[in-house]
Amino acid sequence: MSAVDLPVNSDAPVVAERIPGLWKTPGVMAAFTVLVALLVLVRPRAGDSTFRWSRDGDWFAIPDITLPANGVVWTAVVLCLVATAYAAWNAYSGRKTHLAVVAAFAVVAVSGFLAWAVAGKTLPVVGLLAGALALAVPLVFGALGGVLGERAGVVNIAIDGQLLFGAFGAAVTASITGSPWAGLIAAMVCGVLVALLLGLFAITYWVEQVIVGVVLNVLVIGFTSFMFSQVLSENAGALNSPPHFPRLEIPLLSGIPVIGPIFFRQTVLVYLMYAAVVLVAWALYRSKWGLRVRAVGEHPKAADTVGINVIATRYRTVLLAGAIAGIGGATYTLVSVPSFGREMTGGAGYIALAAVIFGKWDPIKATLAALLFGFASNVESVLSVIGSPVPSQFMLMLPYVVTIFAVAGLVGHSRAPAADGVPYKKS
Amino acid sequence: MRLALRDITKRFGSLVANDHISLTVEPGEIHCLLGENGAGKSTLMNVLYGLYQADEGEILIDDEPQHFKGPGDAMAAGIGMVHQHFMLIPVFTVAENVMLGHEATGFAGKLDLDAARKQVREISERFGFHVDPDALVEDLPVGVQQRVEIIKALSRDAEVLVFDEPTAVLTPQETDELMAIMRQLKESGTGIVFITHKLREVREVADRITVIRRGTVVGEASPEASNAELAALMVGRPVELKVHKDPAKPGERALVVSDLTVADEDGYVHVDGVSFHIDAGEILAVAGVQGNGQTELTEAMVGLAPHVEGSINLDGREIVGRSVRKALEAGIGFIPEDRQIEGLVGNFTIAENLMLNRSYDKPFVSRGSLNLKKLDTFAKEKLAEYDVRAPGVSTLAGQLSGGNQQKVVVARELSRDLRLLVASQPTRGVDVGSIEFIHKQIVAARDSGVPVLVVSSELDEIAALADRIMVLYRGRVVGIVPADTSRDTLGLMMAGESPEGSDA
Repeated sequence: MSAVDLPVNSDAPVVAERIPGLWKTPGVMAAFTVLVALLVLVRPRAGDSTFRWSRDGDWFAIPDITLPANGVVWTAVVLCLVATAYAAWNAYSGRKTHLAVVAAFAVVAVSGFLAWAVAGKTLPVVGLLAGALALAVPLVFGALGGVLGERAGVVNIAIDGQLLFGAFGAAVTASITGSPWAGLIAAMVCGVLVALLLGLFAITYWVEQVIVGVVLNVLVIGFTSFMFSQVLSENAGALNSPPHFPRLEIPLLSGIPVIGPIFFRQTVLVYLMYAAVVLVAWALYRSKWGLRVRAVGEHPKAADTVGINVIATRYRTVLLAGAIAGIGGATYTLVSVPSFGREMTGGAGYIALAAVIFGKWDPIKATLAALLFGFASNVESVLSVIGSPVPSQFMLMLPYVVTIFAVAGLVGHSRAPAADGVPYKKS
Repeated sequence: MRLALRDITKRFGSLVANDHISLTVEPGEIHCLLGENGAGKSTLMNVLYGLYQADEGEILIDDEPQHFKGPGDAMAAGIGMVHQHFMLIPVFTVAENVMLGHEATGFAGKLDLDAARKQVREISERFGFHVDPDALVEDLPVGVQQRVEIIKALSRDAEVLVFDEPTAVLTPQETDELMAIMRQLKESGTGIVFITHKLREVREVADRITVIRRGTVVGEASPEASNAELAALMVGRPVELKVHKDPAKPGERALVVSDLTVADEDGYVHVDGVSFHIDAGEILAVAGVQGNGQTELTEAMVGLAPHVEGSINLDGREIVGRSVRKALEAGIGFIPEDRQIEGLVGNFTIAENLMLNRSYDKPFVSRGSLNLKKLDTFAKEKLAEYDVRAPGVSTLAGQLSGGNQQKVVVARELSRDLRLLVASQPTRGVDVGSIEFIHKQIVAARDSGVPVLVVSSELDEIAALADRIMVLYRGRVVGIVPADTSRDTLGLMMAGESPEGSDA
């Protein structure tokens, strides 16, 4: 955390400062080190772990790496101990540990865990990462929508509702029209509809925004579940069998070993996601539109006094955010799953919300956070396919455990937009 | 450009905030709008700036009637405003704040920050401001933030600038600099409306003075008028500006504070190794620009601050580490700086507010139930004694005017047997008439032998009350000086410069 992130009260002179929560990082690191060490102490694994790096279609194949499982785990434990000690030393001398150290720690700890889990078998690393990216797509779109809304000062708990309604609208429309593109547009419209309700209650009627968001989620669950059981399942062939977006290989780029299969052998929605992340990040910080959105979320009265229409700006931003989250919803029914199912997002919107906060209301950082959560989900599914010694129920908890640790342990002191969740009342 | 307001009337429900107010501002003129808090100055300016719509009357620019639907229209017409609470976004840079709302853009709405930087530098140079366009506003001192507000207005080619209570947050030196800037603006042909209730400043820069009381113009005054004349116009009756007070007769050493350090939840240290003492029957006034540790100091005195180190010794008993209740039981009376947040419960009646610090025991509570009769009698007595203008004791505190609210707080705190009185900004936002009254009560408490700690950011108030003056800067004591120390010296001390020969 840089000094800029510290809450600076301009009225309060800072004579000296203690950075709070310095010991949180080494604490979390120590906990994970102990966990990895416990794995190998309680259940040491015989055999070698193989990491596969190549896929068909690469320009050249990177050979598999095979290592003795126990050796890898112990090496990881030792490295983790070193990193934890370094972080503890930093905390002791009143410094923050650089994020790169924490990231390296995470990579090492995860590698140790994976080596232990796949002992005697082969882990397709590229498949794991490519799948993680695909799983993260709805989270990234949801998080982008969340970042935009909150930057304009509207808390969006209804991301989950937008994802679910987007998935529903995409499935039905694509089934009827036979075109996934029509489904995509319908998903955006559905996201906007939820956003419109959110805006109406939050911006126009000053209702407590957390409550509105939760209620909207429940409303969407109720509506889609009703439609699913009463309409869609009666006529699944016509209404709930959407055509899918095909996988689209980008010529040349997709042949690069490791990188190609992960990033450039995906569906059009993933490419759309790259564009959305870059566009949102650029527009928020570099464009007139973004300056105004941020102004409205930080100090709406100041924005008003320079002639910016606060209410209209908030509405526009929230609706745009809804459309973006809607695209995320489309991923479910137009890419991942054959048809719409009841409550099929499984609370992904809440994970996206966590990504917003973990990412400190920054589109790029929130995207990285969403990717982390996607990775945690995919570790679970890959390990259950190749057979993991960890009970699958436990593995299913993984994304949520990661969420809690990430937000509580590593996010540090972050500052939300000053007027986030505060309705603008013109006196 | 010549600005004229003609018969502006603005009502809020049954309250008439502005009643047929007319005034004109010529180019190159500083027109002071003088009036007490709540007289309707800010309402009038909000009408002028398009934030409120007038119910009657019109705004004329060069004799053309204007129809402002929002601040955007007012700005386009050449009216700029330097708000009392700066309308700046703390996490934006100076350049971003200045360009907001009229951004220069390139391809696809890309911000042209270079153009904004250039504009900031140009205006800065023209007026000798030293403002870095890339500095974050929240990192700038308050005085510089105000200059950013001025640059912001000028960058939109404002020809009439409205300054709304601009000196409330400034040190005396910064105030002088602002006066110089205002004169410079005037020289360059800008018309200025200067809203204030501080008489000294008015007389220093005004070309014309319009006095407003209870929403109506009560007269024009000449800048040569005396303070007493202006105050009488403002209040509507002759006012004693300086409370008569006999020299202090200090008794025994009552309060000894040593090495007091106060940090907040986030670890910021707001009070840093402060030591002082107050004798019985003496007023120690704490001067300093708002936000230099005064709030935290007073909160520590009553046990409200979370992380306190050092010692506060009252009559031989240690206060640090005790609860608020213990502090109250030790005889500490506390007038908090913000009556609406900490001093009163707005939705409680006056009577209920008067017993807030005695909510757990006699005389108003026995065996767990309220003795309403006793409370009612007590409240009626206090209402009369403290001249609280209210329909009755069951009026909600939130419905009173600022001055009357403050009198309720003062009445509550002074109606117990005190061993120490801590008064923080006791007359902030209070009308001149009530200031006089509250000052008298504080002096009376002193004369009865109570040690008093008064915190104020107004030098006039410090001068009126102090027996000795302690100046705080960035949480440290700059010096403790006699009451007759000159304003200039105090001003320098408030900016952190230690005076010669002080005993700090």
